[in-house]
Formats: sequence, structure tokens, C-alpha cells
Amino acid sequence: MPDALLETRALNAFYGDFQALFDVSVTVAPGEVLAIIGANGAGKTTLMRSVAGLLTNAADMVAFKGRPIGSMRADQVAQLGIAMVPEGRQLFPSLSVEENLVIGGQVGRSGPWTLRAVYALFPVLEERRDMPPTTLSGGQQQMVAIGRALMANPEMLLFDEISLGLAPIVIKSIYDALPEIIREGTSAIIVEQDITKAIAVSDRVYCLQEGRIALESASADASRDAIARAYFGT
Amino acid sequence: MSAADNHIVARASPASRIAAFIGVLLLIGLIAAPWWAGRADMRLISEICLYVALASLWNLLAGYAGLVSVGQQAFVGLGGYFLFAATIFFGVPPLAAIPLAAAAGAALAVPIAVLIFRLRGAYFAIGTWVVAEVFRLVFAQVSALGGGSGTSLPAGIVKGIAASRSLREAYTYWMALGLAVLVVAMVYMLLRSRRGLALTAIRDNELAATSLGIDIWRTKFFVYVISAALTASVGALIFLQKLRISPDAAFSVNDWTAFVIFIVVIGGIGTIEGPIIGTIIFFLLRETLADLGTTYLLVLGFVAIAVMLRAPKGLWGYVKDKTGVELFALTRRVVPKR
Amino acid sequence: MEWVNAIVQGVLLGGLYALFAAGLSLIFGVMRLVNIAHGDLIVLAAYLGLTTTIALGVHPLTSLMIAVPAMAAIGYVLQRGVLNRTLGDDILPPLLVTFGLSVIIQNGLLEIYTADSQKMNAGAIETASLEVTGGISLGVLPLIMFATAVAVIAGLQLVFYRTALGRAFRATSDNQDIAQLMGLNKAHVFGLAMALSLAVVGIAGVFLGIRTSFDPAIGPGRLIFGFEAVIIGGLGNLWGTLAGGIILGVSQNIGAQIHPGWQTLAGHLAFLFVLAVRPRGLFPRIEG
Repeated sequence: MPDALLETRALNAFYGDFQALFDVSVTVAPGEVLAIIGANGAGKTTLMRSVAGLLTNAADMVAFKGRPIGSMRADQVAQLGIAMVPEGRQLFPSLSVEENLVIGGQVGRSGPWTLRAVYALFPVLEERRDMPPTTLSGGQQQMVAIGRALMANPEMLLFDEISLGLAPIVIKSIYDALPEIIREGTSAIIVEQDITKAIAVSDRVYCLQEGRIALESASADASRDAIARAYFGT
Repeated sequence: MSAADNHIVARASPASRIAAFIGVLLLIGLIAAPWWAGRADMRLISEICLYVALASLWNLLAGYAGLVSVGQQAFVGLGGYFLFAATIFFGVPPLAAIPLAAAAGAALAVPIAVLIFRLRGAYFAIGTWVVAEVFRLVFAQVSALGGGSGTSLPAGIVKGIAASRSLREAYTYWMALGLAVLVVAMVYMLLRSRRGLALTAIRDNELAATSLGIDIWRTKFFVYVISAALTASVGALIFLQKLRISPDAAFSVNDWTAFVIFIVVIGGIGTIEGPIIGTIIFFLLRETLADLGTTYLLVLGFVAIAVMLRAPKGLWGYVKDKTGVELFALTRRVVPKR
Repeated sequence: MEWVNAIVQGVLLGGLYALFAAGLSLIFGVMRLVNIAHGDLIVLAAYLGLTTTIALGVHPLTSLMIAVPAMAAIGYVLQRGVLNRTLGDDILPPLLVTFGLSVIIQNGLLEIYTADSQKMNAGAIETASLEVTGGISLGVLPLIMFATAVAVIAGLQLVFYRTALGRAFRATSDNQDIAQLMGLNKAHVFGLAMALSLAVVGIAGVFLGIRTSFDPAIGPGRLIFGFEAVIIGGLGNLWGTLAGGIILGVSQNIGAQIHPGWQTLAGHLAFLFVLAVRPRGLFPRIEG
């Protein structure tokens, strides 16, 4: 698939001696939204960390626009246009809300996302711009984390556990905003525990099980049975 | 029949048994040194012994209890000054002053620990240094002990140790050897005890150790006081051999801490063998590079940095990783029943 | 009046101690690194100033223009070449490596410059003073140094809280992984932090060399003064560090007023006293 924006090629990822991913090959086409589902410990976060460069692997195990990036550092990957909304938000507590957003734009890529555009998407953040992020609610913090990633004007957005630990109403508003966030031309990988939501927003879905791909399917065709089997390995 | 039935948990290994045997032979040879060695050799051996003791104690602090002190010269100097004060002012026999110095060291270590345990990590290290500096500056003000220029041990007291010079030197030599053996044995016993297990747990993971109910503060406190006491004893003996003391010599950070740190780092921090091997390497280097003066220290600094970056477990750690050999049996292993 | 004078001079001396401390505080804040060679680097800067003054025939204060950028460059190279490799969960490697560095710098300086004590001569400005009220006069040079210290602290504060560099420092200090995701190369960020720290050391070293005589062995003493100012002021608070330096300077001068041999000792005792009653310093901001 030469047109892939991002692909992993038989990715084997390790934490020390422990192998977390086995021969994981995933492709994302330009503009495509991918959902990654799987139980805890299936390797979803490891996959995200490998793509983002927080976990380094053999160079050609991850390719972005055909270029091997598997052994690059996270900051180099970020410069290429891959941004991540990490699990648990992980905002910088020493920076104000606005500084958290501004630092997201530090990679210096131009595009539609500016401070103004992010504030237009999440007006509540503008009201809190000078506050430390620790004073915000969980949902507002997730908005900052998303805004911070958008400020990089990425071509590829990674959402790790996008709704974990958030109230249902907050999750709904985040998903409502998602089409706005993933605009035309931007690709995304969404890691999600809620299978229904994952399938609803994505074009294709992969299910990981114990570090291996157990299912790959167009989201529209994915049957609940097949997913359940891939998810639990029954 | 389960595997547990025909296996036992053992600490001793062939290597540790051979090492113990050779160690005993070596010790007998060293005890007999006054009959076979010259005066200069005996001086060198006792200096080596005292450094083995200092290095083992520093290793216990930094390598096992996570207390990186750069102020152990406080207790070396304190021990030395205690010996001079006790013998000159109170007529205490010099050889008796050495164990008493340990009590003095422990007594002072208690309030010091309470104060500087409030500092964490590297700031703890500099805190210990401040304490040593305070000691140095205070003793420089004690005019009865010569103030800043120091004092010598009166000839009468020196003669009181033993009638002849050679007997005197044999006594202090045996004491140095005895102290080294005592310290190494104490560290070994401590690490094999319940407290040693607690120490290892703290070293590996402080948070997990707390959740196992280990009182970290008390365990560290205990180790700090014990090593302060023994360091003071070593200090007393060092200055009994030198027969002269001054604040700068007694509280020298180079002599009593920098060298000791280099010894432990090069030999292998967090192992019992490391300080002994490090001391041997240190003295080999010193005897061959002594003519180079300050260059020798430069070389030592570079070697220590290189070891820390390239082989952070030191020489012995490297050997242990490659071969699994342990001369002091500490690690428990499951072995088949014979 | 003698006492008032001792206190006033102590305040001015405290400015110099704040300069010793500011760089130490900065790198601890950014990467939790305590640089045992900090004092020896101050002395190295003093010798750099001395050599510049002699070689180029310039005024000691002019030598700052060489010493400061040179020290900053040394800091960046040192961090990227050596110190970055020691950072991690274990505090031992950075501690022991900077300790080794301290011994190397001391003995290297001893080889080049010998143990003789040196001093930079700043000329007429050294003796110039302003008469305040009866009996109290303020030396122009100590005043310049104090004003510089205040300006440096204010400047660092500005960099830390108002610039992109400061944002990068704080973000990296908060969470190194996530900072990398923002496109920040932490090795480079740490290099810049050390460069900034040693730029301040450059100023401190040249001032030290103008104010007093120095020799290769006095580094550890300067490290301890800087460290005491940091702890007295409270970790992570730059203005607190200035206050800590002043408290240290005043304590030392009061001690010296009582007995000439008690100057340094009084400073140490003030530090231990603060540690006993306010273990986290007077104005703490971050956890040690």
C-alpha cells in the first residue's frame, strides 16, 4: 500500500526483555480514522508510544509517508507532523492553560490551528487561559490536551484512551467535537475502550490481543461477534 | 514430588568457599607480618587496611542505604581528635581510646542524622559536607588542641603504648588489620541479617519497601550511626599512627572522602568485594603514579568518571555480571539437594 | 555603628552568594541535577577572567565578555557530552560524575596555575565608595555586584516565566516524555539549562576574582555557600535564593564581627539553624 500515510511493518516492540508487540502491521491512509481496540495490556498504548517515538524500535518498523521513523526520538517524530493526546491527559502543571497550548505549537508547523482556532473550538479554555491546568475539570483538561496536540497542526493525530476516566456527558461532548477536530485531510488513530463509540467514529478498526492483531476490518462491516471473539480470544 | 522437595535455598557457593579458605590463609599471613615484613611494608598494609575499612563503610552508606555522604571526613577527624583529647586531657590509654572513639562518633551521629536526614539525595550529600566543615572550623578554634595548626601526641603517651618502637608499630598494625576485618565482617553480617534484607529492599525500591512495612528512616538512621561510629574508630587509629593532627588533615575531604568514593566506584558500588578490590587498585595506581603528583588525582578523576559512565557497577560488578561469582555469599539461590 | 556596617556589608556580600546559588538552583529546578563541581566551575571562571585580563590587557569587568560565553559553551558541551548520560532515577551517577569533575577541575587548575593565590585588580573602582551616613560607606564595586546579582535573578525569573525557553525548561521539568512529544529535544533543553547556569557562574567567578584572592582549592567552599543560600531560601525559588544569600552573608559578617575565626562557621550555623526550624527553607516552591 504505497499511499499509506503511516504504517507499521511487522512491529515488534519491547520493554527491556519483555516483548509487548508481535508482528503488528497497521496502515493508515491519508484522511483515514483508525480505531484500535483491545483489552488492558493488549498493547494499544505500546503501539501509540512506538509511533510517537517514545519507544524506539528498528527504523523501518514504523514508516511515515514512506520514510522510516521507527528509531527516531519523539521530538523528531513530532516535527514531522505526528501529534499525540496522551493517556491521562498529562498536561504540564507548571504551565498555564495558554502556555500548555502554545508549547504544543512549538514544533513550528503552520496550518489552520492557532490559539484563536482552539479557543473558538473550546471557548471555556479562553476564560481559563491564565489558570494552572490542575484547577480545571477532567473534561476541560482533555480539551487542553486535544488543543495542545492540534496546535502542532499535525497530519496524524494519536488519541490514547480518549475517554478514559471522563464523565459520560463529557465523553459525548468530546465525540461531538471530533469531526471538527479531525478535519479534512488529517488522519487519526483512536485508542478506545468503548467499542461502539470506536466503531462509530472510525473508518477501519483493528483489535489487538496480547500484542498481536486479532482482527482488522472496515468499521462498517465489523460484526459484534467477530469483535467479541477477537477481543476476548474465545 | 514437587521441585521444592529436592531443592534447597543456599547462599554459599564453591567460589565463596574457596574465597573463604584463601581469605583465612591470607589473614594468617597478614597477622604474622610483623615477623616477615619490613617497616615500610607494614605501614603500607595498615594504610590499605584502614582504607578497606573506610571504603566498606562508605559503600554500606551509599551502595546499600542510599545515603551518599561526602562528609565522612567529619567522623574520621572526630575520631582522631577524640583520641588526642582523651589521651592528653584524661589520660585514657591510646589503644582504649579507639573503641571509645566509636561511642563518641555514634553519640554525635544521632543529632546530625536527625538534622541532615531532612535533606534528600544530592542535597543530603552537600549537607554532610557542611557538617564536616563545621567540625573543621570548630576544632580550628580549640586552642588547647593547637587551634588551626594542630598538635602532636606527647612523647609520654606514645611511649605508653609499648616500650619499643617496633612493638608499638606491631600493635597499631594489628589494630588496623583487626579493624578492617571487623568492618568487613560487620557489613557482611549486617547484610545477611533481617536489616540487610530491608536495606536491599530500600535500595531496589523505596516505595515498595515502605508498603512492605519497612521503616526507611529508622533503617537508614541505624546504618548512618553504625558507620559513623566505626569511621570514628578508624579515624582514631589513623591519627594514632600519624602521631600528629591538624584540622585540615583531620577533616580533609580529599583524603577521607574523595579517595574513598573513587575506591568504591572503581571497585564496584553495592558489593562487599568492590571496596576491597577498589582499594587494591587504588594503591597499585598510587604506588606506580605517585611521582606524577596532581596528575595522579586527575587520572583518578577521569577513571572514576569513565567507570561510572561505562560500567556503573564497577570492576567487581562487571565480573559478577559476567561470571555470577560471589566471594561473600549473600545471594540466595535455589540449588538441587545433594 | 560597626554592627550596622557589618550587616550592610553582609547584605552586599549576599548578592555574590546569590550568584553562586542561582545556577545551582536553576539546574536543580530543570533536571533535578546537583552539580558538585559547581564551586570549581566558579573558580575556573575566575581563572578564565584572570587569563583574559592578562592576555588582552583589559579591565577585569571587561573579561566578563569572554568568561560568560566561554562558560556557557563549556556548560552546553559538558551537559550534552557527559552529564545527560548520568540522568535517570538513580541519583548516584550524576553525583559521582560531578564529584569526579570537581577533582579534575581542581587539579587541572593546580597544574596550570599552581597553588599560588591570585587576584584580579580592578583599579580605582576597588577603593571607590559612597558615604551614606556617619561611619557607613558603601563600596562602589560591592554595590555594582549586588545590583548585578539582583538583575541576574530578575533576568532568570523573566526567562523562566516569560519566554519560550523558560516554558521549555518548565515543561521538561514537569514531564520529560510529554515535553519530547511537543518537539522539545530534552538533551538540548538540558544543555541550554546548563549553559545558562554556567553563564551565571561566569559572572560569579569573575566577581569572586575581583573581590577576593582565589586559588584552585576554594571551589568546594563556594559550592557550599551557594548550596546554603539555595536551601535557606527554599528550593526552586530564585528570589528566595537571593534572600538566602543575603541571610548567609549577614550571618558571616556578624560572626566575623564577634570573632575573626567565626565568619564561615557562623554562616554554616545559620544554615543548620534554618534546616532545624524550617527544613524546606524560608520560601519553598518545589519538592526536593
